[in-house]
Amino acid sequence: MSSDVDINAAAGKFLKLAEGHLAAYAEACVKCGQCADACHFYVASGDPRYTPAYKLFPMAKAVRRQKWPLAWLGLAPRLTRDDLAQWEELLFDSCTLCGRCTIVCPMGIDIAGIVSASRQAFVAAGLGPKDLLQAADNARDKGSPLGVTPSVLAERIDWIKDEHEVEIPLDKAKAGILLTLSSVELMKYPDSVAAMAKLLNHAGVDWTLSSKGYEATNFGYLAGEMDIAKVMVERITAAAEAVGAATVVIPECGHAYGALRWSGANLLGRPLPYEVLHITEMLARLKRAGRLKLRPTEASITYHDPCQISRRGGATAEARFLLDGFATDFREMSPTGNYNWCCGGGGGVQAIGRAAELRYQAFKIKMDQVEKTGAKTMISACSNCRLTMDESKEHWKWQGGLGSLVELIADHLAEPEAKPAQAR
Amino acid sequence: MTLLDAARGPVLQLALAIFAFGVAWRLSSLLLLPFARDKSLPRTGAPPAAFAALREILRRSWPQKSFGRASLFMTVNSYVFHLGLALIVFAFAPHILFIKSLFGVSWGNLPNNVIYAVAVVTVASLAAALIRRISNPVQRIISTFDDYVAWFVTLLPVLTGLAAASHLIARYETLLAIHILSVALFLAWLPFGKLMHAFLVFVTRGMTGAYLSRRGAQL
Repeated sequence: MSSDVDINAAAGKFLKLAEGHLAAYAEACVKCGQCADACHFYVASGDPRYTPAYKLFPMAKAVRRQKWPLAWLGLAPRLTRDDLAQWEELLFDSCTLCGRCTIVCPMGIDIAGIVSASRQAFVAAGLGPKDLLQAADNARDKGSPLGVTPSVLAERIDWIKDEHEVEIPLDKAKAGILLTLSSVELMKYPDSVAAMAKLLNHAGVDWTLSSKGYEATNFGYLAGEMDIAKVMVERITAAAEAVGAATVVIPECGHAYGALRWSGANLLGRPLPYEVLHITEMLARLKRAGRLKLRPTEASITYHDPCQISRRGGATAEARFLLDGFATDFREMSPTGNYNWCCGGGGGVQAIGRAAELRYQAFKIKMDQVEKTGAKTMISACSNCRLTMDESKEHWKWQGGLGSLVELIADHLAEPEAKPAQAR
Repeated sequence: MTLLDAARGPVLQLALAIFAFGVAWRLSSLLLLPFARDKSLPRTGAPPAAFAALREILRRSWPQKSFGRASLFMTVNSYVFHLGLALIVFAFAPHILFIKSLFGVSWGNLPNNVIYAVAVVTVASLAAALIRRISNPVQRIISTFDDYVAWFVTLLPVLTGLAAASHLIARYETLLAIHILSVALFLAWLPFGKLMHAFLVFVTRGMTGAYLSRRGAQL
């Protein structure tokens, strides 16, 4: 480990975060180990180091050193460089912040919350996977983790418009709804961008993209770099305020939803001046209002719940509402919904190159789940899950189909798309 | 002053004082921290935080859907020794008399033989918990010295209580004194280690219940 690791910065950050609201979590573990069975990385590998409770150790140690009433007896050792070296992989590579462990913990400890906070302390010390940190830096410096600058955005949107013959408003002066995009979609799944545009146009929604704030993903949030996380929220907020949008729509991306919907206001330091909807929530709203006319599909499909939208996002029901009456051969996995297994690449793990083998191992759980349903295709509402699953599918030469919920719906519109509505 | 006099006099009083002060210290050091207010807009229909917290405290006391074999063992065994300890402390006639002498309140007791049986089951359950902790790779790696201390100071009062009740090995007064000393050790250690979970459980479950219910997450 390099000698420029700032151990005191890590210890200080741990303490500051613990004093925010995590101290009780850090001190309450009874070491029952039940969380291991809830963690895909432990279940897939059998390695006890991946036990979620084990990931509490650095924060618990830092807190104990400072707060334990008997620390003055010398019984609470300091956090060491070796500790940080050992736990970096555990806190970054082998935790997707999926929160399944939080559900099983008899003490109700939000282990995912502790891991997320612990990453901040590691980054403060000068640690963290370089590729994940680079993605966050790219987002700050270029506008997106994949280097999608505003001019690249405009080029890609032009291309998608031509390729899919769909209207995609960019930088309309005023619009009721601001759509954001994940650069994973822009660069790898452009069909998803076209699908969202078709659906919003079909429903006659007054919407736009904005080159002021287009990137929905928040790698600052995932990497524990909260200053970058704040910048990303500020950009979207500036864009929404500029176009007068009352609603910001997050595309098929789980963590982007969590970062803006549930942490955005806290990062910004004030309530968000707009509502935040995931695209599944937006489409469910349109369906309820009778603005989504679909032809049913008979394809046998199952649905993968993105953790940050379902278990930790509270929007589990929306995807089912969309599938209800539309997908006539829909099959739930077991477990599903709030208990669903993670894809293996959430929480920034997808961006960590050295974690690839772990992701592949975790995906074996998913393949087994899908095969038990007998469904031909697993769809999801998160492009990060989709990317993880596509790569894992390739690794295992798996025959199962993968897809996007939004694309599936857009492919079954009953009527030709309308033009995007004009700002009123 | 005999050993028994010392045990149930100043030693127990000191232990109770450490217990009360220690618990108050740790709880206040947590609860008096400035709690960062969540500025996110709660999901429509999310229950008030206090309700969500209370609901989660109660809900997690119920057996949950098992996540696997290890969870199943932990769930069953933990219920056994927690309920066993509760019955021994609160349903054994001499304990009820002792509590009455301290606080002036009392209630009905279970027959002594039932309590002895419960105590034997509790000892077996605690032994199983220790064997599991040592033999299971997951529990072994996450266990620290404190986990073994907590186990030891919990087991000791049950064992010494059984010995005292069965008048084995030594004079009853001596056994009773040792039993009370072991209880004093348990009380004095409780605030400083993981036994504090007896209080923290309400804090952590409540926090998570409020936090996730705000999002509309169904736990």
